[in-house]
Amino acid sequence: MINLLVENFLKPKTLEEAYDMLISNKKNMVIAGGAWIKLSIKNVLGLISLDDLNLNKIEVKDDSIEIGSMVTLREVELSNHLNELYDGVLSSAVHKIMGINIRNLATIGGSVMGRFAFSDIYPPLLVMDTKLVFYKQGEISLSDFLANPKMEKDILLKIVIKKEEGRGFFKKVATTPLDFAIINIAVSKTLAGFKICLGSTPYIGALAKDAMIFINSKKVINEEVLDKTVELVLGELKISKNVRASKTYKEELASVYVKRGIRKVISDVN
Amino acid sequence: MLINLIVNDQPKVFLCKPGDFLLDTLRENNYLSVRRGCDTTNCGVCTVLFDGKPVPSCSLLTVKAEGHHITTVEGIQEEADKMGKLFGAEGADQCGFCNPSIALTVYALKKELINPTGLDVKEYLVGNLCRCTGYIAQERAIKSYLGDKS
Repeated sequence: MINLLVENFLKPKTLEEAYDMLISNKKNMVIAGGAWIKLSIKNVLGLISLDDLNLNKIEVKDDSIEIGSMVTLREVELSNHLNELYDGVLSSAVHKIMGINIRNLATIGGSVMGRFAFSDIYPPLLVMDTKLVFYKQGEISLSDFLANPKMEKDILLKIVIKKEEGRGFFKKVATTPLDFAIINIAVSKTLAGFKICLGSTPYIGALAKDAMIFINSKKVINEEVLDKTVELVLGELKISKNVRASKTYKEELASVYVKRGIRKVISDVN
Repeated sequence: MLINLIVNDQPKVFLCKPGDFLLDTLRENNYLSVRRGCDTTNCGVCTVLFDGKPVPSCSLLTVKAEGHHITTVEGIQEEADKMGKLFGAEGADQCGFCNPSIALTVYALKKELINPTGLDVKEYLVGNLCRCTGYIAQERAIKSYLGDKS
């Protein structure tokens, strides 16, 4: 039996109240779904619940889809609107996370705020135009959030994905369905160009910006361009060995799936 | 602290600490069909239904379940009996430790999915491990159960 010591369980009724509780003591923290809590912390003074703050809705706006931070991964997976966005790149990634029971508990907000390097949700979110909306700090792009691990305490309200006509590709390579990814790969294409992202390398998801600039400068995508793109991806993103696979094996997987991803997003839909 | 839960449609009040997980609260109160397996959000043996949806009770804080419906296998007795007979007929039972959790997940699956394919069923059950079988006999039993309209 694993014990978690929680001094107080706090149920704020307003965001302001929740935020005040969060900053009032550095030993206070927010709980989202709680799927990781017993594996990541041992004790907490005030555990702040966001259950009563109406953050569990997916809202479709004219130019974006807004996912409340307390929406479960299972709800993300089942959303028709998200299924239609970029060939359902986010839905397909979420579908492969653990089992349905965990996805009924874990939330998208908890997954984003966890900054888990093995996460399968950063690559699909990064290849779309994704912003995070915080209570105090307002809008922050997901890439800026990931680049700044020392951000001050805040409450994530929603994840906003711009609605764009785009294609998408996601691949998680894992030994078993319940295991973390050896590596994960996402690629997208809109009128503005390609985006390419690797995650779980074992470092946290990141866009391959040099490779994106290169491929987006090309009018024709041929084998030579694909080879050079992959070379740039491997050159700029950090890949290391871990318990799951060697560096060489991960690089080989990245090469194959980045190419497959690009081919998929430029192929005919049918 | 006192927490109100609706367990198998019965209103209950449990005494627990803010850091207690639902698995521990249920077992301390003699709901022993809810089993402790890995205790780390992996194996699914502790699955209960939370407002009808399968969740790992080892990782849901009891306080977060306040006012919600919790269903253990005792709450779906009739359906569990049907499944038990079909599992027996297919030789899918070995130690039986995971059966309550699998029965609850299959029950939720039957309610949620319309005409599921074999792959849909497998994907729905990814989070429920069985350490004895190779799942093939279970798949046959589950297929028969899903076809049962009684």
